[in-house]
Amino acid sequence: MWKLYYNKKLTIFLLLLPLLIWLGLVYLGSLFTLLLNSFYRVDDFSGVIVREISLSTFKDLFGQRTNLDIIFRTVAMASSVTITCILIAFPIALFMYNNKNQFLKPILYLGIMLPLWSSYLVKVYAWKLILAKQGIINFFVELTGTQVFLDSLLSIPVIGGTSLSFSYMGIYLVFVYMWLPYMILPIYASLQRIPLNLILASEDLGATPSITFRKIIIPLVVPGIVAGSIFTFSLTLGDYIVPTIIGNSSYFIGMAVYTHQGTAGNIPLAAAFSIVPIIIMLIYLMLAKRIGAFDAI
Amino acid sequence: MLSKIKLGKVFSTIITILCYLFLHIPIALIIFYSFSLDEKTLEFPPSGYTLKWFSVAFQREDIWNALRLSLKVAFISTLIALILGTFSALAIYRHDFFGKEVISFLVILPIALPGIVTGISMGSAINLLEIPFSTYTIVIAHSTFCIVTVYNNALARLRRNSYSLVEASLDLGANPFQTFIYVVLPNISTALLAGAMLSFALSFDEVIVTTFTAGQQQTIPIWMLSEFTRPRQRPVTNVVAVFVILATTLPILFAYYLTREESEQSNR
Repeated sequence: MWKLYYNKKLTIFLLLLPLLIWLGLVYLGSLFTLLLNSFYRVDDFSGVIVREISLSTFKDLFGQRTNLDIIFRTVAMASSVTITCILIAFPIALFMYNNKNQFLKPILYLGIMLPLWSSYLVKVYAWKLILAKQGIINFFVELTGTQVFLDSLLSIPVIGGTSLSFSYMGIYLVFVYMWLPYMILPIYASLQRIPLNLILASEDLGATPSITFRKIIIPLVVPGIVAGSIFTFSLTLGDYIVPTIIGNSSYFIGMAVYTHQGTAGNIPLAAAFSIVPIIIMLIYLMLAKRIGAFDAI
Repeated sequence: MLSKIKLGKVFSTIITILCYLFLHIPIALIIFYSFSLDEKTLEFPPSGYTLKWFSVAFQREDIWNALRLSLKVAFISTLIALILGTFSALAIYRHDFFGKEVISFLVILPIALPGIVTGISMGSAINLLEIPFSTYTIVIAHSTFCIVTVYNNALARLRRNSYSLVEASLDLGANPFQTFIYVVLPNISTALLAGAMLSFALSFDEVIVTTFTAGQQQTIPIWMLSEFTRPRQRPVTNVVAVFVILATTLPILFAYYLTREESEQSNR
């Protein structure tokens, strides 16, 4: 009777069946519905969704200047947030890696874990309080008399604005805050995976610390950086809450999707809009896979 | 040379301290604000301190309802994630087969794609199939992105344990089912619990996907979001925020405690 259980292929299949039904059918099925919706269109006169396959919604999406601006703005924001996160996260991960103090080790680790996992909304809310007119930032600006400095920062064209909570700079700051831990942890993990032998061998062979750093450590950390950037990039691409609560009411992809499916009732356009981050992320994931970043997540 | 290295060390220490302050001050600030006396403004520093908002929040029926729904959703989603995640980790580890890569890709996809994509696609599927919104529409959506936490933890622990234990058990006459119950499960149970904790925190806190799959129902994050846009009593929102911080922090600390050997081992 147990012979059935020893059948390896059958066992694997039975173990994977629930997952395949759940993710393969329910999740991918839903994604497919979304894709299908993007090929429908909304009738201009009646506002009713026409369920015929056509590319007219995509023509609307890419034909209109405002929509292209939204896509460009979102990708630019996601890229700059990702680059900033890499630049800040790398020295910190290196510090965590170099730390030999056993007492400090769990504190450093949990110090990144806890902000990563603590509530998304609470973090956004905290920044709303910090950046508000009577908030803590302005309190300290007044206290230290650096109003001139803040004003000149805000007067920079494009990224500036009337106040920190109504500018790209504010959104950018909050995004960096929100996603920084997602970058630190994978970089730290990939640093830990570097075998000590490699570093010792490099030193034995006469490399200076800076050459070892550039030729051994940096290339081996790239998968971690890519893994982290999957999160920072993807999370920024789809977020609509931060730009709604902090921003200056200029649209990002997430907000466009939200508005088109909600108040505007244009589900095909919302679907077409959300195909954009899907395609960007799929290309990104495929590149990441080639570098071997999946093991670093 | 030496001075250069020392300078680098000082520099990286300063950056690290600043970064930890940057990450923690906003959260600490919320806890601080929950004791504020001011009702209308976000003024800093507050004009006084009080504990009364905790009792006000305690008596609000809408908060309790949202909390009940959140807990229910997080609990059921975690249960589903536990089952699916454990099974698939068992199938993946030690077996090489066609499509193995596809499975890991599939598990990661729901968290790798932006939340709004998962949200709107599940929302439009629910609409298309004309399923009425209920606790279970939220559960279906949440469990898709919760699987990965259990799956990753289970897989890491399975790979760490020696397979000869399983072989010994089979050699000594236990059937695969007994082997799973008496040998494999006790070895991976703390990893599963840790995965479950993370999954619980993930679900309890989720807002974007929930927005599209909840209909008119309010979970705690949805309740908070509606308070942000139309504030009624700001201090009450602060109190709920403190509670949410606790509800997500405690499971994470517990999960860390359960899997600390794995993190210590990887720390060499």
